[in-house]
Amino acid sequence: MNVKMRTVNTSVIKKDAKALVTGKPVFTDDLAPGDCLIVKVLRSPHAHALIRKIDTEKAKKVDGIVCILTYQDVPNKRFTMAGQTYPEPSPYDRLILDDRMRFVGDAAAIVAGETEEAVDHAMRLIKVDYEVLEPVLDFRKAKDHKVLIHPEDNWESLCPVGADNRRNLCACGGEEHGDVEGLLEKCDYVVEQVYHTKANQQAMMETFRAYSYLDAYGRLNMVASTQVTFHVRRILAHALDIPKSRIRVIKPRIGGGFGAKQTVVAEVYPAIVTMKTGRSAKIIYSRYESQIASSPRHEMEIRVRVGADKNGILRAIDVYTLSNTGAYGEHGPTTVGLSGHKSIPLYRTPRAFRFKYDVVYTNCMSAGAYRGYGATQGIFAVESAINELAEKIGMDKVKIRELNMVREGDIMPAYYGETLKSCALDRCMARAKEMMEWDKKYPSVDMGNGKVRGVGVAMAMQGSAISGVDVASVELRLNDDGFYTLMIGASDMGTGCDTTLAQVASDCLECDLDQIVVHGTDTDVSPYDSGSYASSTMYLTGMAVVKACGEMRDKILDKGAEYLSCEKDTLEFDGSRVWQPAGGLEISLKDIGNKVMCSNNNMLSAGASHTSPVSPPPFMVGMAEVEVDKETGEAELIDYVAVVDCGTTINPNLARIQTEGGLAQGIGMALYEDITYTDKGQMIQNSFMQYKLPSRLDVGNIRVEFESSYEPTGPFGAKSIGEIVINTPSPAIADAIACAVGARVRELPITAEKIYREIKI
Amino acid sequence: MQIEFTLNGRLIYEETRDDETLFHLLRRKGCYSVKCGCETENCGLCTVLVNGVSRLSCSYLAARADGCDIVTLEGIQKEAEEFGSFLSAEGAEQCGFCSPGLIMNVLAMEKELDSYEEEKVKEYLAGNLCRCSGYMGQLRAVNKYLSRGENRNEC
Repeated sequence: MNVKMRTVNTSVIKKDAKALVTGKPVFTDDLAPGDCLIVKVLRSPHAHALIRKIDTEKAKKVDGIVCILTYQDVPNKRFTMAGQTYPEPSPYDRLILDDRMRFVGDAAAIVAGETEEAVDHAMRLIKVDYEVLEPVLDFRKAKDHKVLIHPEDNWESLCPVGADNRRNLCACGGEEHGDVEGLLEKCDYVVEQVYHTKANQQAMMETFRAYSYLDAYGRLNMVASTQVTFHVRRILAHALDIPKSRIRVIKPRIGGGFGAKQTVVAEVYPAIVTMKTGRSAKIIYSRYESQIASSPRHEMEIRVRVGADKNGILRAIDVYTLSNTGAYGEHGPTTVGLSGHKSIPLYRTPRAFRFKYDVVYTNCMSAGAYRGYGATQGIFAVESAINELAEKIGMDKVKIRELNMVREGDIMPAYYGETLKSCALDRCMARAKEMMEWDKKYPSVDMGNGKVRGVGVAMAMQGSAISGVDVASVELRLNDDGFYTLMIGASDMGTGCDTTLAQVASDCLECDLDQIVVHGTDTDVSPYDSGSYASSTMYLTGMAVVKACGEMRDKILDKGAEYLSCEKDTLEFDGSRVWQPAGGLEISLKDIGNKVMCSNNNMLSAGASHTSPVSPPPFMVGMAEVEVDKETGEAELIDYVAVVDCGTTINPNLARIQTEGGLAQGIGMALYEDITYTDKGQMIQNSFMQYKLPSRLDVGNIRVEFESSYEPTGPFGAKSIGEIVINTPSPAIADAIACAVGARVRELPITAEKIYREIKI
Repeated sequence: MQIEFTLNGRLIYEETRDDETLFHLLRRKGCYSVKCGCETENCGLCTVLVNGVSRLSCSYLAARADGCDIVTLEGIQKEAEEFGSFLSAEGAEQCGFCSPGLIMNVLAMEKELDSYEEEKVKEYLAGNLCRCSGYMGQLRAVNKYLSRGENRNEC
């Protein structure tokens, strides 16, 4: 299609901006009916226990209590809360309520009542007799432990991911290409180190929440703060054991997701209350619940062996990842893959690679999807190892990357054998180096006041959608007066896809943005989309928009030909009219829109789905400048430079904010955000008092630029942006600190204490 | 207990429980712009003005509002829209869940501070957490908003 750019690559304001900045009631809890039952979950105080007896009699007598449910009241049919395409790789290991408690915070009972006070009162009166069992809290000892987390017979793994509940294994596997051991043996320099990342919380400002009601047809309607509207429908059908046709799921505005809401954390609880009582019901997670019983990043321990010849050319790389999925297996089998698949391919030179992994169950909170999805963990490890290797060789850390980085046109054996059609990683590196004034600052500058500034570098990649799996669909309608309705199944979670997808449509249809009304997402109305995750929305749903617009243009020409009584191939459509360059005939789009409302047999509607056999990686380079106090080990981030290749930036402002936001989260992960447990399995960082999110005083100065490549399989050359941006801070900051004071910290977060213990100057 | 206060300019008589927070009371009265993000005074989402001073309503007992003048974003829509237009021009509202609290505090800061050096502004707004934007876009918006009159004066 040959069209001029109208709004693509322009920083238009989000369509929902005015409602958001004036505080209009557009979020889940703002929309819930006033007579909703309040639903809360009574949570296990034990990391591993069996419920011998649960006495709810007293609690049921509390004034205003309508419904109390225990494991005896729910279907004995296991399901997964992971929002993934069916059949899910995540094992079916959950019940809505179970008699086995698998982590502190696991659901023991559901209480619903007219008021929050009544529910709180009733929760205190429920007597649970627990048989406390030995918990498995150390993920290094979980595999083949004598204590099983999921001994139940109806545990089920639908996909061949190497899961075995009799070994506490949620998944295992690996792949090998070339002679890793042989090549490593011949290397002049080899680094072997172990890196450890934690179960960081997404900590989106809006906690998990949902409400449900029965509509006029007796169907279960669920309004949920979710990234995966269609998966919620399927998962509820599995959990409640009712047909999908009886469920409708609606997504209003969402107060952030970052992957947390790619797991159906809260929806089952109000849903089962509505099914049991016929009443509308809502659940609003407290921050405490969102911290202790949700879907954080998988904790991983990653062993990297990487070797180079005397010139600094990489020869072989070997990665082993041990991932902690916690009590349940949501996203366990898939996140781990990215720890190798999105770190090893950053380098073109290794002749051999090996990637092996185990994903284990423990009695910690279940993990889930968090921006980066395993790539973040793998990139921290591999990029740190490359930095350590450069130190061993005595080579500049930018130089080792310039020698070895992946380039456009390369075939990537560790990235599903894909050929790299778009890559500006080399330009990203060159520009970042310039912005940071690397040559002047590397490796460190003594500030003369007991503080030293160091600089560090890291590269990153991600994917754009899950190749051969994810599906995005859109429907486009022409309305009277010639405006369009764009129905999408992708979930705008604040990222702005309702706007950016309209930008794509606006360019394809050569019309103003205001002429495109976007509707998303309602499973009764929207076309199927696997959901907003895996960096898929712009790349995949954007292409579905391009396709649908092409079909729409064709149909408009058909109608034009009919109304002008001439041959279609003599006509052109310019966005506002169908006209005949040779003959002078024309009809406006407005007239076509109005005419089709009368005496017409062909609806002007176009629908398209898109799936992709490839997942083109975006790339970026991050550089950190960190000042370390030699006396205390305290590290302060001074400057962060990031240069990103996400293909065409459809909306440069929103791409920039995605980048700055992802970097700030990455900075939190690198320096502040920790998840630890007591020896009884109590999670310690259970509020924002203990779980330190970076404030605006902690992020230093963040500077972002784009070096665009053009991805031929993406809409207008676009790839993804959402996830990659969180991947560089941990390795770049770790390296800046190592450069400053010689302290190489391999476990996140990199606190002053850990630095102090390793200071070598 | 019975309390009496003005809410966005309207006089309100209201029954409140002793342990009810101002946050709950305000949502009960339909002020849905007021959000809660943490319950522990760490995130700034629930910021409202009490007698012109920004307060965290999640940790402010409703009973203390007796006799006070309370303002939420619903009461200052014009001002919200004005600063909000700077915020959205940067794309920095993102999910928008923390925007009302931030905007309340920016407007309070505008009145309270005599000058707007970057460090002072960051310090003042440090209690307003945002998980989407990384703060840089918010800062660009705040700077542009605070200096919006400067060019006009030159004319």
